[in-house]
Parts: sequence; structure tokens; C-alpha cells
Amino acid sequence: MKKLISAALASAMVLSLAACGSTDTGSNASTGTDSTATAEASNTGSTTPIKLGGIGPTTGSAASYGIAVMQGEELAVNEINEAAGYTVFEFSFEDDEHDAEKAMNAYNTLKDWGMQVLLGTVTSTPSLSVAGETVNDNMFMLTPSASAVDVVETGDNVFQMCFTDPNQGVVSADYIAENALGTKIGVIYDSSDAYSSGIYTAFKAEIEAKGLEIVAAESFTSDNKSDLSTQVTKCQNAGADLVFLPIYYNEASQILIAADKVGYKPTFFGCDGMDGILSIEGFDTSLAEGLMLLCPFSATATDETTQKFVASYEAAYGETPIQFAADAYDCVYAIYQCVQNGSINGDMSVSEMCEALKADFTTMTFNGTTGEGQTWEANGMVSKPPRVYVVTNGEYATAE
Amino acid sequence: MFRLKNLRKSTKSNLITFGIVIGFYLVIQLLSALGMLSSSLSGQLVPICAYVILAISLNLTVGILGELSLGHAGFMSVGAFSGTIVWTTLYGQVPNWLGLLLAFVVGGAVAGLFGFIVGVPVLRLSGDYLAIVTLAFGEIVKNVMNACYLGYDSKGIHFSFKDAASMGMEADGTTIINGAIGITGIKKGSTFILGIILVILTLVVILNLINSRAGRAIKSIRDNEIAARSVGINITKYKLMAFITSAVFAGIAGVLYSLNYSSLVAKKFDYNTSILILVFVVLGGIGNIRGSVIAAALLTVLPEMLRSLNDYRMLIYAIVLILVMIFSQSPQVVAWRKRMVEMFRGRFSKRPQAKEVQ
Repeated sequence: MKKLISAALASAMVLSLAACGSTDTGSNASTGTDSTATAEASNTGSTTPIKLGGIGPTTGSAASYGIAVMQGEELAVNEINEAAGYTVFEFSFEDDEHDAEKAMNAYNTLKDWGMQVLLGTVTSTPSLSVAGETVNDNMFMLTPSASAVDVVETGDNVFQMCFTDPNQGVVSADYIAENALGTKIGVIYDSSDAYSSGIYTAFKAEIEAKGLEIVAAESFTSDNKSDLSTQVTKCQNAGADLVFLPIYYNEASQILIAADKVGYKPTFFGCDGMDGILSIEGFDTSLAEGLMLLCPFSATATDETTQKFVASYEAAYGETPIQFAADAYDCVYAIYQCVQNGSINGDMSVSEMCEALKADFTTMTFNGTTGEGQTWEANGMVSKPPRVYVVTNGEYATAE
Repeated sequence: MFRLKNLRKSTKSNLITFGIVIGFYLVIQLLSALGMLSSSLSGQLVPICAYVILAISLNLTVGILGELSLGHAGFMSVGAFSGTIVWTTLYGQVPNWLGLLLAFVVGGAVAGLFGFIVGVPVLRLSGDYLAIVTLAFGEIVKNVMNACYLGYDSKGIHFSFKDAASMGMEADGTTIINGAIGITGIKKGSTFILGIILVILTLVVILNLINSRAGRAIKSIRDNEIAARSVGINITKYKLMAFITSAVFAGIAGVLYSLNYSSLVAKKFDYNTSILILVFVVLGGIGNIRGSVIAAALLTVLPEMLRSLNDYRMLIYAIVLILVMIFSQSPQVVAWRKRMVEMFRGRFSKRPQAKEVQ
């Protein structure tokens, strides 16, 4: 009897799952009507909403990045829908817990919802799995922040809004060498993290080519990062006058605190993962004074696009946007540019839209919060001017 | 009907287990044919099969041998990595079925070898000590694989524990394992039918082992090691037999799992995964193979079914786990369930009698 019940329950569960329709968790303002459609709508000849899907960690260890991306995308979608007067985009975001298996489940859930373009995923490891699947489905994938070079190499339908890891490593090394910021370089990186070790590998090769010496290359792993003072001390003992930190801002803040305790004051240099260090709760931002970072985005930049974005982001979510949010915001606007060009509309199939977007992305120039004149190569990598900032008086200031 | 009654109790129970697996396969095929299968569910079919195999194999260690192992994901990891290396290097050079077969054989064999290496010293321990050593084993495997760089070029195989540049490969060399990035660009090899075949294979081997002479010896060790020793049972041999079999199938499940995705990272196989598999076993009933199958399948699907609840899903998942545990294990609830079943039985048997009276 028990067996029968359990079998029945199991099959009932399977059935209910299969029948479970798509739930619209999207944040769409579907109040707009066709009569109010603006000139843009007549350009495309269709007012069917385009379904944008996002995937990223909104829970777990990488949640701060996933939430930033979700909010950046959501904000852009709301703005666009409001400005256009009708629903240009419908948006749904699914959590992947920074796990490849969960990311695939999220991707499939979004497919059931009817996603036409994927704006994700946020972190590299899940991206690699999802990218493989988007190639099979020929779905256009524009990732705001998954910077591993393998992600874009998966297929020609995968594009990046951020710099690739090797690119950041090379640009950082060149910048350090050209501006003679240091002669003895120390590096502290997360060897268990694809982003961090990807930057480090390229950085090491380039800095040695430039004739500078790495005197200490200290690593930690995600299991072993509660105390990073050993790594700092090793850099100090090796006499490093510049410490390169290709890591995320949470760990970087610990390093800055540890360095301050032992009175070690080299130049610290970080990459885009460093953005957000000034908004950590309880962190004394005076410790970050003089910290340099290579980052395409600064919340204090004075151009109109950035200021408008920062103001509306702060109004909507009560916090200063980090670079992840800016990249995500740009992703939606890049897609919107293609809508305005008239090359895509909501009636197209996933595959047609992918082909149209591929053609557009490789030819268009995009101006956003993370840089003017951004272009994409056919391999999906973005090309935009890198910017280096120095933290001065608790704010970013453009270096030089 | 007559013959079914004469079957041994264990054979009958095993047939029901196989029936559930095949029934599940048929239901999915039917849904798929009707076009009612959502992408969400179809994407989970292979992971379900992998987790079912893992739960069955861990149940052999935990339920039948009676030793607590917290390093099952470690065996899964070594199996997954070795099998995937075979699959990616052979891809396109041999027919796919042969590549798959070799990947599974190598994955299972390497995991089995690790089972042997770990098992020989570790199985002298028991209880909490064994749990801690296996936990450490899983973490060691994770960290070693995370720091491991492997590649090949015209000069041969290169290997490093430091970074990709230290391998000293030629420019045209192929990197297979790239440290924390793991193996990327894996061609998908796993299918649902393959998963079901492997589940059935696992069931055949493990159920036969349990019901064999060796299985009875293993169970006697669980029930009383001293008594088993006194009747001349070779403790080490049977402990190893169960432990290695368990490791081999964990390795096979690892290969099945990794060939379903285009990338493989060591981080996935941490103690959380080991605990997850243990949860399947405990919820399904320790020593109850069919329970493991059902628990693994349902608990893999459950978080996805709760996805629409957003962040609350983790809370609800935890509550469901607690409720199921109480429902299946608490003595009071078990007694209450028995009473309820008897009440229903009573009603069912009374009705026909009442009719007869009329």
C-alpha cells in the first residue's frame, strides 16, 4: 500500500511539474498601450514585448554581484518601458546560487517562460555551462560580468559587456609598467577562483615581458580566506612596493586592514572586482586612500549617462551602484539600441533574433555608463577604453 | 499472480524498485511524446539519475555496511575528472559510444582505486573517526583538483600545481584541466536513457550484492562486528568490498553528471554535495535502497519546483526536509501512521462484508 501511495505521489509530482506553467516574475509595467506607442514602436513595426532573461546569484556567497546585476537590468528595463510608453521588454531574473547546475535549471526555467535573449550569467563558472547550452539553442547571450575568456569562446552567439580576465591582467601590467608605479610587484590572488587566477596568469606573463619582477605571488582559496594577514606579511617581507590585487572587494578590504595593522604601505592596484570597496558597511574608507583600480565604471563620473544612472539607481534601491550594476544596465540598453535600429522585434524567434543581434553587435557602436564608443568583435569580446581610478578623499578620481 | 506470490520477499521488493525506475522512464517518455515536458524538468533528468546512483551507492556504505561516509562527493569528483578527460581527449577520434563506455569504465575504475587507497587505512576506524577522515578526503580532492593544471602538446603530457604558465607547454598545446576554471568545452555525452540504464545497472549490482552471501556478511559486520569476526568473517575484505563498490558507482555517477554540462569545476564537489547525498540517504531511509531512489529524485526536483517562491524557497526546502524526517522517522508519527493504515484497511475489509449481509 505504501509503495502504491509513494508511486502515485511521485508520478503526481512529475505531472504537476510538467504542467507547471511559466510564472511571470518579471518586473514589467504593462500599463502602456499601443495607442501611446512612440515613433520607436513604428520603427520596429511591432509592439510585442521582447522577453529578456537574467541569471545570477541572488543568494549565497556571490549574492552581492548577482543582486547588483538584477537591479541594474531591472532599472534599465523599467526606464525603457516608461520612456517608450509601451512594454518594450519583459524581464525575469532567476537565481543560480553561483552554481553551474542551478544555473542550467534557471536557464531552462527561463526558456519555459519564453525568454528570447539571455542577459547573463553573472559569474564565470555557471556562465560556461549555460553558454554551451545557448549555443545549442542559438540563443543570444550577452553577459554583463562573466569575464572568463572561455565564456565567449564557447560560441559566436556569446558576447561580453565586461573586459575578459586576460585583457584586464595585460592592461593592468601595461599601465603599471608605463607609469612606473612599482618595480617589485607582489600579487595576492584567489587561486580557487576562475576570475582571479585568469587575471593573474595574464598579468604575470605581461609584467615579466615588461621587465618588472614579481617578488611575491601569494594565493588563498575560497575555503581559506578568513585571515589574509600571512599573505600581506609575505609581500611586505619580500619588499614589494606595489601589490596587485586581482580579487573582489570583500577580500581586498581585509587585505587593506591587515596591511594597515602591520604598517605596510605599498601602492595597491586592483581590477574591476575592486569596485564597491568604498560602500562596504563598517569599512574605514580612509584605508583605501591611494588605492588604484582599473575599472570601466565610476559612480562619481561626471558624464550625463552615468549621473542619470547613478541618481535613478540610488532612488530605486537606496545604494550606490557598483560596476556590476552598470554593466548590467548597459546590457539592456545595448539590446534596446538594436530594437531602435529596427533589427529585432518581439515577434521574432529565438534563433532569428540571435542572428540579427549578432549582425548588429559586430557593427554597432554603443555609448553607455561603462564607456563611450564600445564595439564588439566577432568573437564576442568588447573593446572599450580602460580607465584607471585612484581613491582620493573617499571617492574615485581619474588617475593622472 | 500466483507466481508473484511465491517469489522471495526480497526479490519482490527489488522488482518493485525496478518497476518504479522503468515507470518513471515511461512517464517521462510519454510526457515528452505529448509535448508536455517542460525544459525545466527535461534539464533535470540527467542530474536526477546521477543523484539517484549516488544515493544508492552511498546507502551501501551507510545503510548496509553501517559506516558514516562524508566524502562521497570526493569519489564523484575523481570519477568525473578522469572520465571527462578520457571523453574530451577521445572525442572525435573514436565512435561516441566507445568514448562514453571508456569514460564510464575509467571514471568508475579511478574512483574505485581511490576507494581502495582510502579504504585500506580508513576502514580500521569506525563511527565518528571514519566520518571525519572521509570528510577530509573529500576536501583534499577538491583542493588538489582546484590547483591542478594538466595539458598536452606534441612533446607529451604537462602537469603543474602552480599555474598554467608553469606547465611549460608549447603554444599549440591543449590545456585539459585549467586549475580553478576546471575542464571547459565538454561535449555533451549524457542522455536520459543512458542515465536510466546506469541507474538500473547500479540497482542490479548493489541489490544483488546486498542479497548475496557477501551482502549478508557485510550486514553482519554492521550489526555486530565482534560476533561477525568470531564466526570467521574476514572483516577487512567485506568492508573494502562494500566501500569500493560504493566508490565505483559514485565515480560513474560523477561521469554521468559532468558529461551533462559543458564545464566541470572541482568546487562543485565540496562537502555540501556530500551532505546533500547523505540527506537523500537518510530521508529515504538508511538501508532502504528504494527509499534512496525516490528521495534523491524528489529532493532534486523540489528546489526547482519551489523556484517561484524566490528567496523563501530555501526556508521552505528546509521545512520540508524536517517534516519528511519527522513523518518518516519519529516513533510517535510512525505509530500514528500505522494506526491510520489499519483504520483504512478496516474500512476496506468491512464494506464487502456488509454487502454480503444485505
